[in-house]
Amino acid sequence: MSLTKTALSTFAVAAVCATGAAAQSRDNVQVAGSSTVLPYASIVAEAFGENFDFPTPVVESGGSSAGLRRFCEGVGENTIDIANASRAIREGEVEACAANGVDDIIEVRIGYDGIVFASRQNGPAFNAFTPSDIFNALGARVLVDGELVDNPHDQWADFNADLPAVNIAAFIPGTNHGTREVFEEQVIAAGCEATGTYDALVASGMTEDEAEDACLAVRSDGVAVDITGDYTETLARIESNPDGIGVFGLSFYENNTDVLKVATMNGVAPSTETIASGEYPVSRPLYFYIKGAHIGVIPGLKEYASFFVSDDIAGPGGPLSDYGLVPDPELDAVQATVENEVDMTE
Amino acid sequence: MTIATADTPRSTPNAGSLMQADAKTAKRNAREKRFRLYGLIAVCTGILMLVLLMISILTAGLSAFRQTTIEISVPLDAERLDPEGNRNPVEMASVTTFGYAPLLRDGLMQTIEAAGIETDLPEGDIADLISDESVAQLRATVLANPELVGQTVPVEVLASGRIDGFFKGRVTYETAELDSNISPEQLRLAEALEEAGLLRTGFNWRFITAPDASSTRPEAAGLGVAILGSFYMMLVVLVLSLPIGVAASIYLEEFAPQNRFTDLIEVNISNLAAVPSIVFGILGLAIFINFAGLPQSAPIVGGLVLTLMTLPTIIIATRAALKAVPPSIRDAALGIGASKMQAVFHHVLPLAMPGILTGTIIGLAQALGETAPLLLIGMVAFVREYPDAPWDGGLFDPATALPVQVYNFTQRSDPAFVERASGAIIVLLIFLLIMNLAAIFLRRKFERRW
Repeated sequence: MSLTKTALSTFAVAAVCATGAAAQSRDNVQVAGSSTVLPYASIVAEAFGENFDFPTPVVESGGSSAGLRRFCEGVGENTIDIANASRAIREGEVEACAANGVDDIIEVRIGYDGIVFASRQNGPAFNAFTPSDIFNALGARVLVDGELVDNPHDQWADFNADLPAVNIAAFIPGTNHGTREVFEEQVIAAGCEATGTYDALVASGMTEDEAEDACLAVRSDGVAVDITGDYTETLARIESNPDGIGVFGLSFYENNTDVLKVATMNGVAPSTETIASGEYPVSRPLYFYIKGAHIGVIPGLKEYASFFVSDDIAGPGGPLSDYGLVPDPELDAVQATVENEVDMTE
Repeated sequence: MTIATADTPRSTPNAGSLMQADAKTAKRNAREKRFRLYGLIAVCTGILMLVLLMISILTAGLSAFRQTTIEISVPLDAERLDPEGNRNPVEMASVTTFGYAPLLRDGLMQTIEAAGIETDLPEGDIADLISDESVAQLRATVLANPELVGQTVPVEVLASGRIDGFFKGRVTYETAELDSNISPEQLRLAEALEEAGLLRTGFNWRFITAPDASSTRPEAAGLGVAILGSFYMMLVVLVLSLPIGVAASIYLEEFAPQNRFTDLIEVNISNLAAVPSIVFGILGLAIFINFAGLPQSAPIVGGLVLTLMTLPTIIIATRAALKAVPPSIRDAALGIGASKMQAVFHHVLPLAMPGILTGTIIGLAQALGETAPLLLIGMVAFVREYPDAPWDGGLFDPATALPVQVYNFTQRSDPAFVERASGAIIVLLIFLLIMNLAAIFLRRKFERRW
């Protein structure tokens, strides 16, 4: 019966350990949210742990919306301190936060992320893209010879002779991604207006809101494929489809230039410089949100935030811009926001 | 009579020679042959798939166990590292890793020069040969041994991910041509360093012991925290699910009356064994974190969730093992005056032990490979700090787990992480293999047949 005894005594010891340790408080910063911000946050967390006496923050991914939902669950040690987001917090989320007692939120913009179109290195070259082309290729209803029809295009060359005569196959971020929103707003909607489809939709008797929604509808005949996974999945899909073109983050592209060929937009190739200057049109700001009530309670929280936006880290030439983040031109203002703990809800 | 019956010729019309099969027998035999063939095909398909899987994992992952390092001599400039000049590690800590980068760069340049290698690459490109991890490594070394300041010390640093990939065949001159992170000239320099004996590739212990690293340092990423986290969770699962599972099974099998209520429990246990594991994650988030207030990302919560998941498996295995002990053993014990409890604990349980242990190990192996429930309790995370020892409250420190680490690696953009992910799968498979072998060994060694 020694086995039973051993098992029981181990159990007892473990129980004692458990009760003893439960009393200790959390000493590490907990971060969750956008998978786009995750690489940047982990780079900062790593450097923070190396240079400060605080433990390395724990960074989870899971998406902007999921991160903000957990952020708004309440105040206390078993809730997260920082939510990463690849979009600004929404009105409804701020309300949800307030309802759970999270009413002191500090918004920190860390920089911009470019969104690029890329094909396989040995695949077709797309050097003459404009938002109109993407819309003509992927929109559900497009204008052909002045008439509104269900998208008939099979090849890129069907509507723009400068583009290669290969079948259209696009792998775009799924609706669960923050990237999808940017893609719709800055590419599809822009293309819809530029091609005149928007006006045609309004002329056909739609209200402006309906026309805007109709613009964003992507064709559903298998030409445009939603990717719900990560960029690594998009890359795998392109590798198995020679004509395919995919939507990536700039940092992902920069880490895989040996297999990916980037498409220019309005004649501009994406880079941290062209995005910072605004020449390359498709980009979006990245944020993180700090729970004000946790500052001073969780050790290292404010230090981590200040370190994140310091010139050494988030400035030009720092590790984040090396990885593909477009530094915020107003980094001084962001640093001041963190320093003064400016509550965005006030 | 029996003899007569046997001698009576069969009534089939064609009761011919045994040597010559009739049409029906031939058909029967053919059917059996076909069935055997189907079985063989099924087994072969299974083996083929397994072989393909192993080949793809091994070809992608074995290189993770080798690592390229570069030996450089770094002059530890006292001016820069210890401006106060009193070698006090607390004061020296004010120099951040950014302050150490120029020293490493100088060291690398001097090492290259001393080796007589000529290159016209700009300094920044040469510095890209070594990992970003080296600055942290150097800073930690200096702070631990302040007396080194002022000397020129040899340091073995990791080569950057692309250089490492070059010596493993992942990066070639052709891909480097297209790659914005590495150029063929840098590869040539690396080759020259190798010829000079400064760059070498050896077994990668760091991959097993080091913690995770951020996306910019794939060469430094390891499984240390994940292995510890998995180990802690298994500890919790074992300590909780074995006693609870065995006690529940003994009660249900030996003591409980057979009625509707116990039937209901039985049905529920079988049902729970088939519930998708993510459900236990949702439960864990609601009960252990939101209600009981346990910390997020902690192995204790992971262990509790996996305990819930493993319990049905252990109960079912234990009950089967108890059932397999012949009733005669119980009857004999009761017959010579043992109480029911004595009969169970002195005779039935020891005989059922091998079966119980096998079931427990298989349940643990299942829990070891589980990712989905951990997603919701915050264990799918970037964690760089090792958890403390279990008696120091390490069960409450943040940690990840092996399958989670595989998932994390596959999400990263640097192609070097593909190798790390496959390497992590190999480590996980080795652990599973050891556990399953232990289960087979225990069964073979202690099993009793009646």
